[in-house]
Amino acid sequence: MVIELPCHAPEGRKGGADGDSRLPRNIGQREMHRSAQTRALLGRVAGVAVLLAAGLLAASLCLASPSDPTQIPNIFKPQSTPAHSIFHLSMLILAITGAIFAVVFSLLAYSVAKFRKRANDDDREPAQVYGSNQIELAWTVIPILIVLVLFLATARVIRSIQDAPQPPGAIEVTAIGHQFWWEFRYPALGVVTANELHVPVSNPANSKPTFLTLLSADTDHSFWVPRLAGKTDLIPNHPNHTWIDPQEAGLYIGQCAQYCGTQHAKMLLRVYVDSPEQFKQWVEEQKKPAVSTDAVAEGRRIFETTACVNCHAVAGTVANGRFGPDLTHLMSRDTIASGAASNSEENLRAWIQSPDSFKPGSLMPAMQLTDHDLDALTAYLVTLR
Amino acid sequence: MSSETIALSTVGPDARPIGERLHDWIVTVDHKKLGILYILYALFFLVVAGIEAIIMRIQLIVPHNHFVSPQIFNRMMTMHGTTMIFFMVMPILFGFGTYLIPLMIGARDMAFPRLNAFSFWMTAFGGLLLYFSFIGGNGLYGAGTAPDVGWWAYAPLTARAFSPGHSTDFWTLALLASGVGSIGAGVNFIATILCMRCPGMTLGKMPLLAWLNLVVGGMVIFCISPLTAAQIMLCIDRYLGGHFFDTQAGGSAVLWMHFFWIFGHPEVYILVVPAFAFVSEIVPVFSRKPIFGYPIMVAATIAIGFISFSVWAHHMFTVGMSSYGNSFFVFTTVAIAVPTGIKIFNWLGTMWGGKIQLRVPMLFCIGFLFQFLIAGLTGIMLGTAPFNWQLSGSYFVVAHFHYVIVGGIVFALFGAFYYWYPKMSGRMYNETLGKWHFWLFIIGFHLTFDFMHIPGILGMPRRIYTYEPGRGWEIWNLIVTIGAFFQAAGILVFVVNLLWSLRKGEPAGNDPWDAWTLEWSTSSPPPDYDFAVTPVVRSRRPLWDLKHPEDPDWKYE
Repeated sequence: MVIELPCHAPEGRKGGADGDSRLPRNIGQREMHRSAQTRALLGRVAGVAVLLAAGLLAASLCLASPSDPTQIPNIFKPQSTPAHSIFHLSMLILAITGAIFAVVFSLLAYSVAKFRKRANDDDREPAQVYGSNQIELAWTVIPILIVLVLFLATARVIRSIQDAPQPPGAIEVTAIGHQFWWEFRYPALGVVTANELHVPVSNPANSKPTFLTLLSADTDHSFWVPRLAGKTDLIPNHPNHTWIDPQEAGLYIGQCAQYCGTQHAKMLLRVYVDSPEQFKQWVEEQKKPAVSTDAVAEGRRIFETTACVNCHAVAGTVANGRFGPDLTHLMSRDTIASGAASNSEENLRAWIQSPDSFKPGSLMPAMQLTDHDLDALTAYLVTLR
Repeated sequence: MSSETIALSTVGPDARPIGERLHDWIVTVDHKKLGILYILYALFFLVVAGIEAIIMRIQLIVPHNHFVSPQIFNRMMTMHGTTMIFFMVMPILFGFGTYLIPLMIGARDMAFPRLNAFSFWMTAFGGLLLYFSFIGGNGLYGAGTAPDVGWWAYAPLTARAFSPGHSTDFWTLALLASGVGSIGAGVNFIATILCMRCPGMTLGKMPLLAWLNLVVGGMVIFCISPLTAAQIMLCIDRYLGGHFFDTQAGGSAVLWMHFFWIFGHPEVYILVVPAFAFVSEIVPVFSRKPIFGYPIMVAATIAIGFISFSVWAHHMFTVGMSSYGNSFFVFTTVAIAVPTGIKIFNWLGTMWGGKIQLRVPMLFCIGFLFQFLIAGLTGIMLGTAPFNWQLSGSYFVVAHFHYVIVGGIVFALFGAFYYWYPKMSGRMYNETLGKWHFWLFIIGFHLTFDFMHIPGILGMPRRIYTYEPGRGWEIWNLIVTIGAFFQAAGILVFVVNLLWSLRKGEPAGNDPWDAWTLEWSTSSPPPDYDFAVTPVVRSRRPLWDLKHPEDPDWKYE
């Protein structure tokens, strides 16, 4: 076969077309006709698709269930100094990137609209421009300046959050990530709990921040309570630190943010910010050993003579396992299974009977107890207040 | 380039029996056949990993869904990520590179044709190993089949204590095998581009696609090597009692992260630079102007190549580096935005003052420009460490990198498909179906990935198989899932178009786009030997010179 190159009409000088007479390209007519057709079709396709998309969007908006806004872990509703600093920095970054978007998008939209080939085009090649050093210089230097501003603003915030000194009165907590739950130890206060972290409220007049040391017992995890601070990973053999100083009492939701295995999704995290009095009272309660009555002695016997004690601790008894959450004050917590279920007698019983029905892949084994033993055990556990 | 037209003998339809023709494809060392093999192989995995994505999206459509178990979800997530990166995007880009580079530099094949075949078959073997895990991964009863450690496979989740059975081993070996293939391809790209250019084609006169793939070749060699080394170390940990990453015995989980991301971030550029290459070829032809600022484009690409090796730890802002370490990686990360921005401006400069033909390849390139702009800007947000502490590990990141990979790379890839399909198949694709593909896909893309940013801002972590109701995440997940089906429909139209046009498409001719680079001077599809006579070039646009003898490029370059 023969290589045939479509032959072109003579062209204008590079850098500016002049008014030479030019021959139409041989396929020009057909192209024009076709492009008008496809444009009409394109319009129809786009119209149908946009309608469909809008319909679906409206339908899904109607179906959405309402959410309690305080339960939404929104990073743009900060309630603690580190989250606040990040929020202010992010507003600056959003302003800068938003401005860049507006400029570049306008250029793109304008170019496509202004320079698209018209139906009545004369089929001449446009002016052949190879570049411009001045323009290149401009769009190199301006971004460099923006980058410098971004870097300096960011470095400042990094220092202010990461290198903040720990004040003398700060609460110290050691958070230990486990597959798939959180262990919280307050070494100075002698308190151990799980999944639900209690900290006192802090305010500028009476600063009471909480400094956390982050450890892991097994795989990587990440401590993330969006309204209080950015996330910091819990890595075995690699202690990390973070801090929070919540400004308003209440419940703050978070969860593990580093994939840690099968039940990563249900490694939920709750931070209760208490008033100073509430916090003090909570600490006093948590420090007490467990009390149990004779009425539940049967359940206690079952607990202490089965594998429960290999993993769980109850202060003041023989149970001192550390693979699972400390149960000394189990009933002081609102949830079980790291937030997977609310802490009711019914859920507790179901959880012991079959952890997999709440959290498939959870490391707690089904205890295979008889109904009688299960009832007795549950009755004992609900006395651990 | 030689100015006479050259008569070549016409090759009739292949009349040999199908077995013989298939055998031809298996033993081939021809760069065009290997390129097409890479592409078909990658398209197969696009569909497979796309189905895995759809399974995940169905699971997440409502909170507390029970469509799949957490174990299956985690496998889908791991397989989707691993497949899309290593067995879809990388091979498809190598495929286009392998097919196009010799044609665009006027060579008859790659520098090392046998290495070329070896590289492809190693990559293919890697994909096979990964998917064999569904059958062979169950080394221990109940241990699970396919890998479920996430595509980063962070230590110590990959230790035998946490990943019993063989699923992680299949993951490791698959990446080891395909890594060898990738390094082979990288070496071959470099050798071909440096040694096989036709007379007159100095480095400064190469098409940008060749330049960009030269940079990719260099990056592949330097970044796949640490990944391959880390896979071997992981094997030693798992089977020979090593403790590199075994935290129970004093090993370091952070070490794996460094190994992984010193591979992982340049990898992003290994994927995106070939996409830049497609855009740099397609935008000029459909704007009817030469690329704006060719030398700056080359310099920016080389700068990206180098800087990309100094940004890896921006994936590790949350692992507790010092404030100085964090600041350093913030600086390098925002700095890489400069050469990337320059490229976007130069493409806009190319379109400016042109006559833009909105054919399907150009539509996809415009989509690329729009989405890559947004992806770059969310990248800046993620690159500033404090903002990253909130956004990393959340659905915002998932939205961001899908914006890069789907909105950027895959859009450019589809552009490349439609642009070079006539060359590869000898037939034109169907323009109407192409536009349906474009609109379905872009609407699906934006439904999915625009709205995916929001749950991330509302605190939804990635890699969770289900989520709690009442956190304001439901609506966004629903929309995201709906978008996924639009994208799937777009892909279906695309595949139908490819198959239909192969038989029914109009004959394309040598040069359907009135383009300027050498591949359009030979027949479609090109003969085995590519060029009957080695072309001689004098400028970056040899076919322009030929078509405009009174006003050739070489007078101005």
